[in-house]
Amino acid sequence: MAFDIENYFKDLGRNNVILYYKGNVDSDVINHVLDTVEDKMVQVNEQSKLRKKVYNVLVETLQNLYHHVDKVPDDFEDQTSEKFGMLVVQKVDSGYKIITGNFVNTDNVEKLEEKIKRINRSSHEEIKELYKFILNHQRISAKGGGGLGLVDIARKTGHKLEYAFKEYNDKYSFFYLNILVDETE
Amino acid sequence: MEPIIIEGTPKTPTVKFDAAEGVFEIKGRSIPENSVEFYKPLVDWLDNYKESPLTKTVVNIRLEYFNTSSSKCILDVFKKLEAIHKAKNEVEVNWYYEEDDEDMLEAGEDYESIIRVPFKMIEIVE
Repeated sequence: MAFDIENYFKDLGRNNVILYYKGNVDSDVINHVLDTVEDKMVQVNEQSKLRKKVYNVLVETLQNLYHHVDKVPDDFEDQTSEKFGMLVVQKVDSGYKIITGNFVNTDNVEKLEEKIKRINRSSHEEIKELYKFILNHQRISAKGGGGLGLVDIARKTGHKLEYAFKEYNDKYSFFYLNILVDETE
Repeated sequence: MEPIIIEGTPKTPTVKFDAAEGVFEIKGRSIPENSVEFYKPLVDWLDNYKESPLTKTVVNIRLEYFNTSSSKCILDVFKKLEAIHKAKNEVEVNWYYEEDDEDMLEAGEDYESIIRVPFKMIEIVE
């Protein structure tokens, strides 16, 4: 049996969820999510430094989904979403958690994991240099991504990328990214 | 040359490129999904300006947010300015950042280290 995506997600972010979304990630959804989260942070007088970091990271996670998600498996309940993704934004003691989930073709898992591992074994200074290198040497892909999103997230948060791949079937895995944005850095 | 004047939106910046004054400004938020679509006309315009620039060009970048996709396009803008500078014209980039926004300061320093044009980092104190 395919593992239960929805329950796994609910367990991840049970408390203080300020936003939960699953479905198609298009431009309007991105606008709506950004507005909602920004408004909520303003309402609770979050300091502007943290607010900006959360906003920046949220933009990158959403646009990563927008540019890179693979098509959903044939037996998945939601067949109408061209770019299916899940998102939880959660308030935690030290800041905010942004958790995303999306399907990845089994063929693409290794490449994505390699990329994350490279980022995670790099020091902050190395990540900065990696960012500048990609900025200066890599063209924007046909999908519209710059290949900088994950590097930027790691750089701005100052944390390792926490992630998991859960096998859905032999053709697909579900990819989770669990990002903490806090004030410490 | 006709100036470029673009009103800002929640996802794209206000742009004022005035060839007669030699003052170019990009201000606000730059977080579109398709940044190439937005920036290509600006880069093309600079290509034309590059042919007969003023002896001094001042560029003011005052961004609140920009996404990684815009960061590449902004680099393309700077590369045009670098070419103008290389042809012995004065080019000055003023990179504004809010006082607590170290990420924006660092982003300016990234460009400063890649592009051979004088940068001035200017802190906005509210």
